[in-house]
Amino acid sequence: MKILVCITNVPDTTAKISFTDNDTKLNKNGVQFIIGPYDDYALARGVELKEQNGGSLTVLHVGEADAEPQIRKALAIGADDAIRVNADPQDSYFVAAQIAHIASQNNYDLILMGRESIDYNSGVVHGLVGEMLGIPSYSPVMKLDLDGSNATITREIDGGKEILKAPLPLVLGCQEPIAEWKIPNMRGIMTARTKPLNVVEPVSVDDMTVPQTYQLPAPKGACKMIPASEAETLIKLLQTEAKVL
Amino acid sequence: MSVLIYVELDNGSIKKTSLEAVAYGAKVAEKTSGQAVALALGKAENTELEKAGRYGAAKVLHAADAKLEHENSLAYADALVQAAAQEGSKIIILPKSGLGDAMAARAAAKLKAGIVSGVTALPETDGGFKVTRSIFTGKAFATTEIKSDVKVLVVRKNAVEIDEAGLTGGNAAVEAFQPALRDSDFTASVVSVEKADSELSLTEAEIIVSGGRGMKGPEHWQPLIDLAKALGAATGCSKPVSDLDWRPHHEHIGQTGIKVAPNLYIACGISGAIQHLAGVNGSKCIVVINKDPEAPFFKAADYGIVGDVFDVLPKLTEAAKSLK
Repeated sequence: MKILVCITNVPDTTAKISFTDNDTKLNKNGVQFIIGPYDDYALARGVELKEQNGGSLTVLHVGEADAEPQIRKALAIGADDAIRVNADPQDSYFVAAQIAHIASQNNYDLILMGRESIDYNSGVVHGLVGEMLGIPSYSPVMKLDLDGSNATITREIDGGKEILKAPLPLVLGCQEPIAEWKIPNMRGIMTARTKPLNVVEPVSVDDMTVPQTYQLPAPKGACKMIPASEAETLIKLLQTEAKVL
Repeated sequence: MSVLIYVELDNGSIKKTSLEAVAYGAKVAEKTSGQAVALALGKAENTELEKAGRYGAAKVLHAADAKLEHENSLAYADALVQAAAQEGSKIIILPKSGLGDAMAARAAAKLKAGIVSGVTALPETDGGFKVTRSIFTGKAFATTEIKSDVKVLVVRKNAVEIDEAGLTGGNAAVEAFQPALRDSDFTASVVSVEKADSELSLTEAEIIVSGGRGMKGPEHWQPLIDLAKALGAATGCSKPVSDLDWRPHHEHIGQTGIKVAPNLYIACGISGAIQHLAGVNGSKCIVVINKDPEAPFFKAADYGIVGDVFDVLPKLTEAAKSLK
């Protein structure tokens, strides 16, 4: 069993977002970066499946060197080795092309990642990678079990869930409750220091989309307070003032 | 040149978010002097599909192949690409959903097209094709230029204002469409599908009533459900509530759950952690009911009531019932 887990390096969920350089760059000052929460679920399930089935787990990140603490954390959690594609990616297509390039040289049985990155929220990298490799992709996966060369997948669908049985190889976008997040232990942290982290240069990809500027939403007006004793008047306000009923 | 819009069906009806995508696509077609063509996959009556015309579609391609009856993003993406080839479409639009993103991604890779998901407004077409999309789970926006010849846009709810009364389109012509289906798109077998039929879907709902830990336990949910019924609303919950199994996981709204953009979001006993706000900041109007006047959610609200949800909810339900 060869597993690849792709991780993003993203601002913590509580981070305050702002921009610099005339609103063309994220202001990283004072922002703590973490492994994408959905990727963290994918990683945790990947480690469990490797422990159950044997084989290897490689963690892959497409991004700059400042992600290395997060990559080391993934190694401490249980990945055997890591690859960082040294680039400052501008869009999903570029990231997917890098992942597909690495994957095409390695014959992974499973390529796992989060359902979406929590910075740009596109949720399209797994689909792009699947198509680029010519193998199926499914998302969002809430449960994943392996039985030989088949996977049983529980996917969330609008208002419910669907269970699929599909042959490997597969690309899967993961979300909770696929596994519990894992916290690295001391032994993991020690061994992670000497595990291989290979840095490779990106393959060239045509510019599909180019980010121009970033904006923050307009500030919200004041909240209109209604006394609890007159709660019923709210319905009238929603109808006549806010016009949402 | 035409703009192709995928419309998602739910039990033979076009989803509301898909009709919005049609309206969006029709506006894009206007800007680029083309026509809007919709694509529907799976079983549906012509009388239903024609409705896309009201929102601006010139025609609807309909593939009714039984193999497309069950949602299959791989085969659907294949069909989408074939429809785009038939119609000569350089702009492809899908509504934002799990299925929309999955199809858009696979289609973009097939077409070597730039893809932008989470689009919140109509494109700027003077001097390059630029779209604005939501990023950082609604905490910011990005304007992006799409450079590729073929462009794939996944649009969010409310990306375009629709004046239902002012819709001028007539019925669209429905045309049978037969995509070539590949066996490689059908390697997975569907073991089971669980779907709560009667429930309104959160991503489609215009009104959502949502509960947090302040509801004190799953056995106290009835007043919230009563208000939702009176308003014709869907019910949602915060992450702690779904983590505690008080409510099912598919009701979890927030950064790591479902992102919603209803007209009206009523939060009952939810303090408003930044991760929850990230899932609701696309809402037009937010009402917060909480007994703690310091709850951070009030800062993001349009209307607030400081009080006990169990006193306030029945009053709102009574008032909502008398509306009709």
